[in-house]
Amino acid sequence: MVYHFKSRRIIYGLTLLFIALSGFAQMPIFKRYYIADIPGLGWLAQFYVTHAIHYALAAVLMGLCAYVVLDYYFARKTSGTKRIQITKDTRIAASAQLKIAALSGLIITGFFMVVKNLSGIYFPHGVVIGLDLLHLLFAMVLLGATAYTWVRRRTWIL
Amino acid sequence: MSSPISRRHFLKTSVFAAGTAIVGTGAANAAITSDEEKESLVTLIDISRCIGCEECVYACRDANAHKFADPKKPFPKMYPDRVPVEDWSDRRDVTDRLTPYNWLYIQYASATTKEGENISLTIPRRCMHCQNPPCVKLCPWGAAKQEKNGLSRIDSQICLGGSKCKKACPWDIPQRQTGTGLYLDLLPAFAGNGVMYKCDRCYQKIDKGEQPACIEACPEDVQTIGKRSDIIKMAKDLAKEMDGYIYGLDENGGTNTIYVSPVPFDQLVYDTGKGKPHMHPVKDTMAAGSNLAIAMVIAPIAGAAAAVGKYYRQMKEEA
Repeated sequence: MVYHFKSRRIIYGLTLLFIALSGFAQMPIFKRYYIADIPGLGWLAQFYVTHAIHYALAAVLMGLCAYVVLDYYFARKTSGTKRIQITKDTRIAASAQLKIAALSGLIITGFFMVVKNLSGIYFPHGVVIGLDLLHLLFAMVLLGATAYTWVRRRTWIL
Repeated sequence: MSSPISRRHFLKTSVFAAGTAIVGTGAANAAITSDEEKESLVTLIDISRCIGCEECVYACRDANAHKFADPKKPFPKMYPDRVPVEDWSDRRDVTDRLTPYNWLYIQYASATTKEGENISLTIPRRCMHCQNPPCVKLCPWGAAKQEKNGLSRIDSQICLGGSKCKKACPWDIPQRQTGTGLYLDLLPAFAGNGVMYKCDRCYQKIDKGEQPACIEACPEDVQTIGKRSDIIKMAKDLAKEMDGYIYGLDENGGTNTIYVSPVPFDQLVYDTGKGKPHMHPVKDTMAAGSNLAIAMVIAPIAGAAAAVGKYYRQMKEEA
């Protein structure tokens, strides 16, 4: 089981790192503050590149979320069988619950933002601003909770 | 122009709007797809009729003068030093390019006809009002908006002047004025740099059932505005009649400004550069995003299928 968790942790960690970078790159700040001048980070100032990367990684993140949620459900269902360490007594840590809430918020707001960006779709202006700010808020909560659990070495499940 | 919107009001409005979005039904109901009843408005510009009198340019300035910035100087110092100060407030009378105070200008072009005759053409240039405008869709704050009738415009009360819209625009249309707008009330030294301005197709006049000022003022009837299907038919008929060429129909996935010229657009010779947009073919800049949206639908299904597959594999091994 540790093996599976390790691989999914690596995928999740890399996805989170680059989706956060490409997400913040939607704001014109990396060029202003010389970050895009660092060799290898020039792509952070190319808005269409970061837009495509953000979308592609959002697809990876949603695929991973769907996999982990169902895998967790089946693992609890088959509690007690060999190779499965998740049991019916397994609980999700409070910090993980916060991360799950933030991830859910990101996926929901992100979904509407992707729909909004399709041709011929019009959302009221206030809704667009709200989606932008909420998406940013959820990202900040997720990154804050991730930083906390990383420093304190907290796991997702207890 | 000082910003009449306060930070508190901005955040309050945003949180309210966000609540509506999250409720789900609100956002779902909010999406209004364009259909025949709400067909976008398109402008046809017949280049062969334009005489370059600039009546449209001055009509545009008069009709939109109340929207122009009136920045107070000195501007707040911005960091780091590379952040450019873009100030057109002392050069408001410039008409030979797009500026924050000049949203429409006449581009001079020369060309050789099929018969070998050298001709001069004058072309009214302004925002193309793309059908899927990247300036609107990629604005990180939602400061740029698209109306149901297809016009796109920038809300000067919300825009922070980051100029992303200009970089995303295939024609570099929006122009920045430093020292005005919401950024002055936030962190003027470290974020934002004024307000971006461009043609908003006189939305305030269209809302009243009137025509945009440039169309009303034109003595040669160079421009025609109407429903997309009508204007496209008219543009194709006109091109056929003059054995001419169309620009804007497919550019950037389709725009709401259609030019018809008696000579091919790639044979026009004109000045381009800052504030002087080109007339080259433009790919659909939003196409990659739209295609990747399909991947976002497939990915969760693939993830779920992988988990189900793993479960059944383990069950088989356990049995």
